Amino acid sequence: MPLLQLVGVSKKFGQVVVGQEITFQLEEGAAVGIIGPNGAGKTSLFAMISGDVKPDAGEIDFDGHNLARVGQAARARLGIGRTYQVPRPFEHMTVFENALLAAQQGARARGQAAYALAYGALSRTGLEEWANAPAGSLALMHRKRLELARALATRPRILLLDEIAGGLTDLEVNDLTAIIRGLRSEGIAVLWIEHVVRALLSTVDRLLCLSSGSIIADGPPKDVVASEAVRSIYLGGKIINTALS
Amino acid sequence: MGDALLEVKDLTVFHGQLCAVSGVSFTVEPGEVLTMVGANGAGKSTLLLTIAGLHRQTSGSIFFKGSDVTKLAPQRRVRLGISLVPEGRRLFPSLTLEENLQVGAHHASKGVFSIERIYELFDWMPERRRQRAWQFSGGEQQAIAIGRALVANPQVLLLDELSLGLAPIVIERIYALIPEIVAQGVGILLVEQDVTLGVGVANRVHCLLEGKTSLTGTPQELSAQQIERAYFGGDMAVAEDPT
Repeated sequence: MPLLQLVGVSKKFGQVVVGQEITFQLEEGAAVGIIGPNGAGKTSLFAMISGDVKPDAGEIDFDGHNLARVGQAARARLGIGRTYQVPRPFEHMTVFENALLAAQQGARARGQAAYALAYGALSRTGLEEWANAPAGSLALMHRKRLELARALATRPRILLLDEIAGGLTDLEVNDLTAIIRGLRSEGIAVLWIEHVVRALLSTVDRLLCLSSGSIIADGPPKDVVASEAVRSIYLGGKIINTALS
Repeated sequence: MGDALLEVKDLTVFHGQLCAVSGVSFTVEPGEVLTMVGANGAGKSTLLLTIAGLHRQTSGSIFFKGSDVTKLAPQRRVRLGISLVPEGRRLFPSLTLEENLQVGAHHASKGVFSIERIYELFDWMPERRRQRAWQFSGGEQQAIAIGRALVANPQVLLLDELSLGLAPIVIERIYALIPEIVAQGVGILLVEQDVTLGVGVANRVHCLLEGKTSLTGTPQELSAQQIERAYFGGDMAVAEDPT
């Protein structure tokens, strides 16, 4: 049984189609990247999986549960963890408190177990030394890590990562991909939207390309980035050569 | 003062207790791209916000074409010809795409960019011009923010994380535009996380490390290793491509 399964998922915002009969499956522990032009519907796809947005049509199943009547909070507790493009931590709470809240609310952990889970998430993401800092004082890289830590503290079975490498320098991207590969080796499935294609290629074993709400390519990463359709609508010429060199 | 469009002299900026920018000086000449390189937290965004007038300096001065603008309000600086594409887009969410561009075009100087030109550049915009800004995806909002700065036809363009959230093909289109922008005599101060991309279009590179200038030079004078050392401090292994 696949961990996550979408069948015929469609969504429109007014005239803008962000989901057009999207069908795919993801197995336990898989790592899949999602690329696509701006406005293709990548973030909307995440929003439909996490329950922030309701699809107009289609079915989403997670671990055998149909999610149609399952709210966002319950989906998080089932094991769907999500990060957002623009990190919005509780700025006046400390980094640790942010992670603790995720452990308590997302993983339903209590007492010492919640502390351990929150601290574990901070140490996985290299944030221990910032634990007592107000989250609002963090620079971008650390905010992104906190975004990841908060999702991890919910004890996810799948992580939906939305442009988590955007705005990071090459070395920071390498640190981050190492963390993500580590999570994968623990059996956490990863579905990752990213324009930093190099980061994806180092981590995922399958790549989807969305365009105008439809999947136009799905397969091994090297095949997808070599596809003429993907090059013409998304990658272009020069930049991707630099990114892949 | 010479011919510098923008001159930053001994600028120091604090974020509360933290010294984000410390005694930084540089100039941006007409028709020049100066790329700021530095790790996250090095002070690049703070520097750009301070030049735009959105963050107060602790000491030091900012000159625009020889006049001191250090104490001017941000809107006065925009009118003089200093425009910022901020990190994180910051559109007016309740205004439409076109209204956001009109805000940028208000009091615009004469130049090559008009709302029509932006529509040519981003061909998806015209048919969605009446949609409100919050309805656009992250990357689309970034494109609108770039358009909003360009239609002002500024003389100094401050670009913070220009490529963030954009599809590679769009990044390529925007970078291809830079020579045309600087050919008008515009000076660009560029912050870009992708060093290869940022240094590739630069006439000069200015590296920041923990708020201080660690290296300056032209791309021809500087090696990748020098830039990397200036960036992270000390000797570090060159980032290996894991692919």
